[in-house]
Amino acid sequence: MGARLLGHALRSQVSAALKEGRVTPTELCQRCLALIKSTKFLNAYITVTEETALKQAEESEKRRKRGQPLGILDGIPIAVKDNFNTAGIETTCASNMLKGYISPYNATVVQKLLDQGAVLLGKTNLDEFAMGSGSTDGVFGPVRNPWSYSKQYKEKSVPKSHSEDEEYNWVITGGSSGGSAAAVSSFTCFAALGSDTGGSTRNPAAHCGVVGLKPTYGLISRHGLIPLVNSMDVPGILTRCVDDAAVLLGSLAGHDPKDSTTIQDDFKPFELPDLPDVSKLSIGIPKEYHAPGLSSEILSLWSKAADLFKNAGAKVVEVSLPHTRYSIVCYHVLCTAEVASNMARFDGLEYGHRSDVKDSTESMYAATRREGFNDVVRGRILSGNYFLLKQNYEKYFVKAQKVRRLIANDFGKVFGSGVDILLTPTTLSDAVPYTEFIQEDNRTRSAQDDILTQAANMAGLPAINVPTALSERGLPVGLQFIGRSFQEKQLLTVAKWFEKQVQFPVIQLEEAERHDNGVFQHQKSASFS
Amino acid sequence: MRVLSLGRWLRAGRVPPREPASRPSGHRHSGHRPQGPPQELPQGPSQKVSVEVLEHLEHLALVDFRDSEGVERLQKAIQFADQLHEVNTDGVEPMDSVLEDRCLYLREDDVTEGNCTKELLENARETVEEYFVAPPGNIPLVKLEGQKTFLQGSK
Repeated sequence: MGARLLGHALRSQVSAALKEGRVTPTELCQRCLALIKSTKFLNAYITVTEETALKQAEESEKRRKRGQPLGILDGIPIAVKDNFNTAGIETTCASNMLKGYISPYNATVVQKLLDQGAVLLGKTNLDEFAMGSGSTDGVFGPVRNPWSYSKQYKEKSVPKSHSEDEEYNWVITGGSSGGSAAAVSSFTCFAALGSDTGGSTRNPAAHCGVVGLKPTYGLISRHGLIPLVNSMDVPGILTRCVDDAAVLLGSLAGHDPKDSTTIQDDFKPFELPDLPDVSKLSIGIPKEYHAPGLSSEILSLWSKAADLFKNAGAKVVEVSLPHTRYSIVCYHVLCTAEVASNMARFDGLEYGHRSDVKDSTESMYAATRREGFNDVVRGRILSGNYFLLKQNYEKYFVKAQKVRRLIANDFGKVFGSGVDILLTPTTLSDAVPYTEFIQEDNRTRSAQDDILTQAANMAGLPAINVPTALSERGLPVGLQFIGRSFQEKQLLTVAKWFEKQVQFPVIQLEEAERHDNGVFQHQKSASFS
Repeated sequence: MRVLSLGRWLRAGRVPPREPASRPSGHRHSGHRPQGPPQELPQGPSQKVSVEVLEHLEHLALVDFRDSEGVERLQKAIQFADQLHEVNTDGVEPMDSVLEDRCLYLREDDVTEGNCTKELLENARETVEEYFVAPPGNIPLVKLEGQKTFLQGSK
């Protein structure tokens, strides 16, 4: 079967196709925009920047015709999570507080992508202010997992007679970067930016069957990323294969004078070996990641993955991260505390929603915030303020900071003992139906779903989700690799090796196939394979 | 030896019911296999937060609880956070940042950009010339007529 154009891997296929003129940036952009339209029901995009995207594609085409492409990303359609500032384009964070807010500047990561000729298709949907693990709590509605509409999932569902039941059965993307994950998974773009504070890039990556990379804290600039937790946030990268994640990382990493929390070391972009070798590595299996609620399916996959490494000659050892179970509690306190601080900027004076109340500054602020924030956000602000009260500060906030050090030390000890990479599950199960997910409130869900991803943010370590296999229900399941600080090359090398071993299946999405074939018939260009 | 594709191992079979974590029975006990799950965390007794503190929080945060669900949410959040006290942190320093071993980057004190008054004012709803306009300050938060917060109603 010839591979479809929109399903191509960025680096190895579509970039080559652009270089050789087998497809033009404008054609590529148009196809993606058309596919976005026909997959609107996924609700992955909040804003589609059709006009500017086509202009950018046109510019890219001119450059390519002159033989002066800006690089591998020139002309490549990408999407950006709607909590990154994008100049001249609405940035909402899926909240009423920022509806209508037009950013006056580009986030550094957005600027870098544009400087290399990437074509920005639009801003993707998320949980309001990136708080959540389902991408269900934004004001623009929930994002639907493209796999809900895949042949693989439909085949495994109990046969239904009404199309209504199909509506009823759709599964969540995970969150909070669900829109970005869905956009990449459904072929509407070749890569997308997310953010990761507690697992917000890796969780939806696992549920949507795409690669989700959380870089080391301090490697990629947060300037322009509307902050949630300053000490843990990182921009996340979502792609369809590990090589593409390496390309994106290479374009984005490095010191930014506008973000003083980026490290000053030189960053050298790298290419991954074609045939990675894992035989000299030591893989750690942290026993505490066998968390309550872990599905037996995922447990089994995890075991088999460990065997794969063992059979390849790697040293596979069980390790212990004793404070793992407190990570989520620690996160809960630190996150709400930092959120309470970060959300204080939303008062209606300089940007965003402003209430009509004008009796006093305080009453205007209070009304603005009551009108602008949803329950989840307000809940976290109130909890955070509680933990920061003078009488609670030592007991909760400082205590959590101490526990954070213990968690970071756990990792330090394990990596210090000779382990190179940790292998863990990413999520407790495959994606659940939306109707089931909303039975529990946001905080409970987040506490459950972040349990396996959160500790990496606590310690600032790089981590990646690699799609591994389909579950019994025909939905993606991924496994997570956690590496040493700033050792992304080693982490991605192992991830690439694993990706080659598992040969995760391509999603069979009717919409994408129908669209791609239809366009093909109008082209007389050579086939793509 | 060719490695089997993982997809084959999951093929066919009934859809299993959603089950809690199970021990890997039938597997040889190997040092590198994932072990059994840790025990469930015990739930401590919860201390009811006084109405005074709740009002204080509303005032500090300039966000209201809106209804009993909001207060309940806070109670649960505190109960959840109380688990931290099970951890022994004697002699442990608090960690502010994972980059604590590095020097913070400071720029030279040179003006490199700015002069964007117009752009910045564009996003504000109420401006006068080059000023953001705020309602009068130094007035303590007073509830509007007929708009009692949930807390006031419960007193």
